[in-house]
Amino acid sequence: MVRMILTGNESAAWGARLSKPKVVAAYPITPQTSIIETIAEFIANGEMGARYIRVESEHSAMAACIAAQNTGVRTFTATSAHGLTLMHELLIWASGARLPIVMSVVNRAMAPPWSVWTDQLDSMAQRDTGWIQIYSENNQEVLDSIIMSYKIGEKHHILLPTMIMEDAFILSHTAEAVEVPEQKLVDEFLGEYEPAFKLDPEDPGGFGSLIMPEGPYMEFRYKMALAMDEARNEIRKVSQEFGELFGRHYPGLLEEYRTDDADAIMVVLATIGSTAKDVVDIMREKGKKVGLARVRYFRPFPYEEMRELAKKTDMLGVVDRSHTFGYGANLYTETKGALYGHSSIPVKNYVMGLGGRDITPSVLEKVFDDMLKIAKEGQVDREIEWVGLKGDERWS
Amino acid sequence: MRKLTIPEEEYMLPGHTACLGCGAAIAMRYVLKALGKNTIISIPACCWAVIPGVYPRRTLKIPLLYTAFEVTGAAISGIREALNAMGKEDVNVVGFAGDGGTADIGIQALSGAVERGHNVFYIMYDNEAYMNTGIQRSGSTPMGAWTTTTPGGKKRMYKWEPKKDVAEIMVAHHIPYVATATIGYPEDLIAKIKRAKEINGPKFIQILSPCPTGWRHSPDKTVEISRLAVQTNIFPLYEVVNGTYRITVKPKNLKPIKEYLRLQGRFRHLTDEEIEMIQKHVDERWKELLKKERCSNEK
Amino acid sequence: MIILPEEPTPIAKVPSTENKTGGWRTFRPIIHYEKCIRCYICWKFCPEPAIEFDSPDAFPAPKPALAKFDTVKINYDYCKGCGICANECPVKAIEMVLEEMGGD
Repeated sequence: MVRMILTGNESAAWGARLSKPKVVAAYPITPQTSIIETIAEFIANGEMGARYIRVESEHSAMAACIAAQNTGVRTFTATSAHGLTLMHELLIWASGARLPIVMSVVNRAMAPPWSVWTDQLDSMAQRDTGWIQIYSENNQEVLDSIIMSYKIGEKHHILLPTMIMEDAFILSHTAEAVEVPEQKLVDEFLGEYEPAFKLDPEDPGGFGSLIMPEGPYMEFRYKMALAMDEARNEIRKVSQEFGELFGRHYPGLLEEYRTDDADAIMVVLATIGSTAKDVVDIMREKGKKVGLARVRYFRPFPYEEMRELAKKTDMLGVVDRSHTFGYGANLYTETKGALYGHSSIPVKNYVMGLGGRDITPSVLEKVFDDMLKIAKEGQVDREIEWVGLKGDERWS
Repeated sequence: MRKLTIPEEEYMLPGHTACLGCGAAIAMRYVLKALGKNTIISIPACCWAVIPGVYPRRTLKIPLLYTAFEVTGAAISGIREALNAMGKEDVNVVGFAGDGGTADIGIQALSGAVERGHNVFYIMYDNEAYMNTGIQRSGSTPMGAWTTTTPGGKKRMYKWEPKKDVAEIMVAHHIPYVATATIGYPEDLIAKIKRAKEINGPKFIQILSPCPTGWRHSPDKTVEISRLAVQTNIFPLYEVVNGTYRITVKPKNLKPIKEYLRLQGRFRHLTDEEIEMIQKHVDERWKELLKKERCSNEK
Repeated sequence: MIILPEEPTPIAKVPSTENKTGGWRTFRPIIHYEKCIRCYICWKFCPEPAIEFDSPDAFPAPKPALAKFDTVKINYDYCKGCGICANECPVKAIEMVLEEMGGD
């Protein structure tokens, strides 16, 4: 094991390098570029054996990964925002074809207006594509999650692709100390890629052919749903195996921080988690009993963990860095959906940080105070609230 | 004992669901005869996405990867690089797409794939409209044709823009092999694919494949119309090897374009003046092609 | 009991030959062997393919010089009756005959 100072994007490139994909197909987009540039350097230096297809679009990047993976090799790609949404059609194709492709996604705001800063609408809009979705809190988690994602996705009873999210700039371009595991250890952990099926002239078959309504289309989709459900157990299992081998322990689908006696718990994704943990400590010192839950896996959604969480507290405040326009944002509606019929505690949605607007400790402190007030009163003042709008003095 | 002019081995099984007299089915049969067993094919949305039949049926004796409409070029790039990574450089990789999937929605992925220089075949089976969705105009629909999105009405319509010349777009990519072919000349078609097989790099072959359903002709005329397309110069057969043109079939008795048009319902509405205009366009293009052949051979 | 496919994704492996497309036919090609010169042009252009080879003596040859060559026969299980073979036959040895109602 070596300790290096790496940005989130370099960590992603290292995660890919250590996992030894045979084909990488990628297209540049800010702020993902340094992932594919770093991989290009690894390949140019002979440190990574992958064939690198410099495709002419993200759409083609995913199509090439699908075809290569279906031919029988491990693949990797990376994208962001418009590139990810351009891939949408093929994301659904990849999961339907049951190909465990692994992709880094740098969360960036969607235009218009143009913005390259972080926002999670891009990946939230891919919720229903059948991909396992994981949001990272720091660069170490970016690297480790890529390795774990190959292990989980490639299991023959799972066979699902995974996207690993990192917040634009906050992680992608910020360097921190990262433990880079030994290649030998990663090889031992992942093993050789064994495809469940492949294009083979010795055993020809047609992949993806037409199915009539009376054919097993629905049954294949049901098998996929079962696999995604089963992925929950696999994620828990592999997180544990990873911890035993590499000494870094990840808490499965949901990470909890000081939740045991909390009056109110904030539910977040990605880097908001690390800021919020500090704020929890500050609040605790002031005698305010708050806690934090960071959703690592948004798909499959940790609904069981969420129900257990609700038992520990009087209120959940769900922070979303995106919105769905028409009702609450995704993490909020999913959380509420998981709790329905299991808990009657108030749940409130805080929409903030869109287009890369900073989520500061002082804003989070105000949100925690609002949550504690709701916990005390037993009901929400309003279901969905945007935090930090210009001129709104409540949060400034 | 039998004397055959094309390879005997079949890689396409009967029982497929192509329309009666389908030119695209004949095209596939020839392409696979030329390439043989050690081949992987990728097919996007097009007639050939339904011709093999409903799951679990297959009509090809080689592996087939269906892909989305616009990504055949990217799919064959992925298959090729994966095979090379596995040390299987000897397997032929073929994209087999219609004219819509090639000239229109798939042209970006195709351009990218051939520019990157992957060792792949791209076959455009050209039936000159979106036939699988019901005969809508594509960029490859020829001048004067009726389609369901260029119908005739009180205000006259039809398609009047020239057919997009994908083979020439491919030549502009400076790839090692570009050819046109048609099912009425099987020996020429198969010879071209076999020549292309010897070349490492991107190979593009456009196969004119008459469609009785969309061209509104009797299904028994598929091959005859294909031949007439060459004999009237509306679809010349040529190949461009490393930039050098060679017209592979030069009509001995050139026929007027009218003979080609009159067999097809999609051209039934044409007036004498319009036919004259199409004839002029065909003549000019033929002259251009002769010039390219002459000039490229001078170097 | 829910019945699920064994494979994770549809992989088509059943030959299409189980699909007998002969039922599509309106016109039936009939080979008049007394005219057939065994040139195999009908075989070459068949889009199914539904024209097969048979032994030289399966049918009488029109002239002795042709007797050593294999004959062709139409596989009516698959022939859709497009008529390309009849149209392309250089000696007009194939006739398209309207199928009888209720026949296969």
